[in-house]
Amino acid sequence: IAQRAASTGEVRRVTLIPGDGIGPEISQSVQQIFEAAGAPIAWDPVDVTPVKGRDGVFRIPSRCIELMHQNKVGLKGPLETPIGKGHRSLNLAVRKEFNLYANVRPCRSLEGHKTLYDNVDVVTIRENTEGEYSGIEHEIVNGVVQSIKLITETASRNVASFAFEYARQNGRKCVTAVHKANIMRMSDGLFLSICREQAALYPDIKFKEAYLDTVCLNMVQDPSQYDVLVMPNLYGDILSDLCAGLVGGLGVTPSGNIGKDAAVFESVHGTAPDIAGQDKANPTALLLSAVMMLRYMNLTDHARRIEKAVFDAIADGRCKTGDLGGSGTCSTFTQDVCNRVKDL
Amino acid sequence: QRLPLAKYGGRHTVTALPGDGIGPEMIEHIRKIFSFCHVPVNFEEVQVSSSLVGVNDLEAALLAIERNGVAIKGNIETKHDDPSFKSRNVELRSRLDLYANILHCVTIPTVPSRHKDIDVVLIRENTEGEYSGLEHETVPGIVESIKIVTREKIERIARMAFEYATLNGRKKITAVHKANIQKLGDGLFLKVIRDMSEEYKNIKFESMIVDNASMQLVSRPQQFDVMVMPNLYGNIISNIACGLVGGPGLVSGMNIGSKYAVFETGTRNTGTSLAGKDLANPTAFIRASIDMLRYLDCHYHANLISDALWKTLVEQRVHTRDLGGQHSASDVVNCTLQNVEKIMEAER
Ligand SMILES: Nc1ncnc2c1ncn2[C@@H]1O[C@H](COP(=O)(O)OP(=O)(O)OP(=O)(O)O)[C@@H](O)[C@H]1O
Ligand SMILES: Nc1ncnc2c1ncn2[C@@H]1O[C@H](COP(=O)(O)OP(=O)(O)OP(=O)(O)O)[C@@H](O)[C@H]1O
Ligand SMILES: [Mg+2]
Ligand SMILES: [Mg+2]
Repeated sequence: IAQRAASTGEVRRVTLIPGDGIGPEISQSVQQIFEAAGAPIAWDPVDVTPVKGRDGVFRIPSRCIELMHQNKVGLKGPLETPIGKGHRSLNLAVRKEFNLYANVRPCRSLEGHKTLYDNVDVVTIRENTEGEYSGIEHEIVNGVVQSIKLITETASRNVASFAFEYARQNGRKCVTAVHKANIMRMSDGLFLSICREQAALYPDIKFKEAYLDTVCLNMVQDPSQYDVLVMPNLYGDILSDLCAGLVGGLGVTPSGNIGKDAAVFESVHGTAPDIAGQDKANPTALLLSAVMMLRYMNLTDHARRIEKAVFDAIADGRCKTGDLGGSGTCSTFTQDVCNRVKDL
Repeated sequence: QRLPLAKYGGRHTVTALPGDGIGPEMIEHIRKIFSFCHVPVNFEEVQVSSSLVGVNDLEAALLAIERNGVAIKGNIETKHDDPSFKSRNVELRSRLDLYANILHCVTIPTVPSRHKDIDVVLIRENTEGEYSGLEHETVPGIVESIKIVTREKIERIARMAFEYATLNGRKKITAVHKANIQKLGDGLFLKVIRDMSEEYKNIKFESMIVDNASMQLVSRPQQFDVMVMPNLYGNIISNIACGLVGGPGLVSGMNIGSKYAVFETGTRNTGTSLAGKDLANPTAFIRASIDMLRYLDCHYHANLISDALWKTLVEQRVHTRDLGGQHSASDVVNCTLQNVEKIMEAER
């Protein structure tokens, strides 16, 4: 293992937030598989339970932010969202501190996990910092509320340019900008015009435009017509979940939040308190997020091998976990992937 | 409850707005079917299309609908490249105050769909929210778009949903929102509907965040009964639902206000790429015309056309390409007319 790591260069450090509920189990699974694959990654686990500051406000520990500043790359398991504040702010804090402007979610049908759709292979890229999530709202007079959606040229350019870069680096053919510029003429119009501007810089990638509603309509009928989709915040929120639904839910879809010089990869499913600590959790979503992370770090060979091992293990099915209809456990599945990755 | 519409010589007059794309040929199909069935309806046709910019066509259309009370409409294309060009579809809906968009999405036997037994009614607020058209560029490169929601309009759409559910024997209403992010705007939507649900003890009430609702809809659509939504989420959810039951060519949609009603297809596409080829599925438009006949209390003719169309689609499987068939739009229409003839003969 040491030799393999050495041959690909130095060991890189990654901040690991194992998370709550099933988080520790699936994080451990990822660590084991990475070790078996000889991935040159060293983990810096960090606890993100909020601590009370001098001003009485709860915040995530500064250690986490410091580590992220050093490592620039993080992997995160699911976090509990207690009523009241708390962990909810972690995503926001990290996203703000590092301007993680793009959320990437590849959705792909898995052989061995039969759903109604078997030809899905789309990547949604969502603007992550503004839009309908601006949080600017007020009640003008009693019973009349206005909510402001904010679209800026800068944020639109960041995410559009990222989408084309992503397409190029991942061998994707076509980027579709999803919008509603027929209704929101100026805001979505701005987003769209920036996408066109960026498209012109990537003549090797095909560019298309589509209305959000038309994409929803077509996606559920024939998802194979889409490749990479780029869009403002709320549309991305909705479409990414829709696509996850097509391939069998959040348990198998990875996700990454990416900015100019930092990135956090995470599983988007919850903490699953009902099965926590029982060795029943499926580590696939976190593992595929970690694979995305490897690609982001240019460790493409390790990424390819681990990804293949996971897909093979699920297709084989003997060790897949209960949520996919199998009888395996988190540990037997992990072991199966480890055995496969060693031979690849 | 509304006053009966005026009839002249025992016939209704309705406004027909062919619109762009496949709209004009669809209106022709409807005319053909109506005249074959001796439906007591005259059409007053008004051209509104994106190519008539600057002409007073929209005013003429509004006037005609105000006079007749009822319209059937194809979609008008919106050129989003010209920011000064407002969506005429939106303008029509807001100026006529057609506050509710109602779609009934049901799986049709023999029409291919991945899920079976979908039967969901979508009730969408149709006049405010993200469709307010209030936008400005605060400084160069920064645009604000304003979503407006008002208690008054939320109450109206909520009332419509609960009344619809009660009248039609529906069991459950799901309110779709994003109140975790838009705490005030969608928060108000949710609160008003939840409060109103107290008055309707026989109808189960639940709420769902829009991203989850989209996921649930593609994975287990049978769990939904009636859904009530603000404008944009309604647009999204209704397109997902129409896609699930077979696409844009099948489902009709009603736009209802306190005074007027406009009938069109559920997904409001223009279908420009199919125009003039006799390929577009006319089912959605025919069903829109059936909805219109029911609204006009012409139940005999509504049932007649509905039964004939059902035979065509389900028993004879005369399917257009969007449903995996080889038939043209005219085949569907002609076959429906033959079925009408058979039904009428059997009655004699
Ligand atoms: N990785 C996983 N492996 C197996 N099952 C899972 C996994 N993630 C989620 N589940 C299942 O899906 C269900 C929903 O889980 P999830 O934790 O997302 O619910 P939740 O109520 O949204 O939790 P939270 O409040 O933490 O977001 C759980 O009951 C669990 O059985
Ligand atoms: N009546 C119909 N029968 C069959 N297919 C249809 C029908 N109406 C629309 N479609 C198909 O649905 C898809 C979306 O419709 P449409 O072409 O209207 O897209 P759109 O995004 O609304 O664009 P535009 O309105 O500018 O044409 C297209 O593939 C179209 O061919
Ligand atoms: Mg979401
Ligand atoms: Mg959750």
